[in-house]
Amino acid sequence: MTKVTLNLAVRFIVLVLVQVLIFIHINFLGYINPYIYILFIILFPANNNRTLFVFLAFLLGFSVDIFSDSGGVHAAACVTLAYIRPIFLKFSFGTVYDYQSIKFNQTDFSSKFTYFSALTFIHHLIMYSLEIFNISKIILILQKTLFSGIFTIILCLIITILFSQKRK
Amino acid sequence: MQQIINFVLRNKTFLVFLLLFGLSLFFTIQSHSYHKSKFINSSNVVTGTVYKTANSVGQYFNLAKENKALLEENRMLKSIVHNLDVDTMKPAFKDSLKLDTHYKFRTASVYKNSYSQSTNYLTINKGKKDSIKVDYGVITSQGIVGIVENTSQNFSSVLSILNTRSRINAQLKKTNHIGSLVWNTESPEYAQLIDISKFAPVAIGDTIITGGQSTIFPKGILIGTVNSYKIDSGGDSYVVNVKLFNDMTNIGHVFVIENLQASEIKSLQKPKDD
Repeated sequence: MTKVTLNLAVRFIVLVLVQVLIFIHINFLGYINPYIYILFIILFPANNNRTLFVFLAFLLGFSVDIFSDSGGVHAAACVTLAYIRPIFLKFSFGTVYDYQSIKFNQTDFSSKFTYFSALTFIHHLIMYSLEIFNISKIILILQKTLFSGIFTIILCLIITILFSQKRK
Repeated sequence: MQQIINFVLRNKTFLVFLLLFGLSLFFTIQSHSYHKSKFINSSNVVTGTVYKTANSVGQYFNLAKENKALLEENRMLKSIVHNLDVDTMKPAFKDSLKLDTHYKFRTASVYKNSYSQSTNYLTINKGKKDSIKVDYGVITSQGIVGIVENTSQNFSSVLSILNTRSRINAQLKKTNHIGSLVWNTESPEYAQLIDISKFAPVAIGDTIITGGQSTIFPKGILIGTVNSYKIDSGGDSYVVNVKLFNDMTNIGHVFVIENLQASEIKSLQKPKDD
């Protein structure tokens, strides 16, 4: 149990630092940034204490917010993501989820891809809507969500493949 | 009573979610409202230290570019100094204690700069300890950068001109028609000058400088050149697309300007507003 906790704590800190020091400054084609720190929420163990999980997600978003001077944009998106995650777990993994012991590196690629994309697009949509905060710029919001979302999904999948512990 | 407690216990995840979501919304809305000191900003100890460490590695990559910029600025200053009339140089004795009587310049390094969001901020490495205060102007040798918005002991966060909340008094260089410099979030290379009277002789290529009306920037700091212009929807003023002199995506060192007469001007203007 403590090993899992330690692992999660390290993952939290590393993801926040990598996000604010590297990935926020990529600005591919001017505005496309991947937000890979949501991997923490995506890969959080499924058999968890949900209240604690929502709170941790808030802390995660809040840390990124402080570093990027963006008010509470990331925090709001992360909290929502953590709260609605069970729906998407059920939707993408179906029966496996009911056993409460899902292992993300043992699931097949297609369901993993659905799960990652759904969560990423929801996170980006909430984040950009709050950041731009102007309903008349809905096209800009959707455009940023789509392009950054694709970037995020690709990077997240690559990272999970690189760091998967299949060799054990 | 029992039922209320049961209800809270049963829905505690949802209630925690609502509470935290409300809190983040509050922070978000606060960050969008104009001119309000925020508690959430990157000029605190933790973020400052992290950015400082990252910057101590990253700054070496820009040294060549920085040197070139310094050389260019020195060339410009030299050409001004050597072309001055001898007469204006007459007061050979200058009291060094009274050198800065109107504007005081301080240097700072940029630790963090963003330009892809709609509300962009910079973090610089000077704070209260170096007498940086809120509402000081920030420029580079090429043009304006922004206004100091929050300060801590060692760091400050700067509201970039690439921010939808930024509004800076600006004017045409050749006439005195004034307007406000804003940003429409589309490109970090262009800002927009609005509320310029339609009787102003705007032409493509004209230089835009800061106006002398704000107590933050001295008059005549360079901003950019007119790239295109059109009459706004109201029909009585121009919207000018300004190409910025500054490359806002690459800023290493900046000057922070303190207006030593700001409080005097402000106290003079105050009774008029009431």
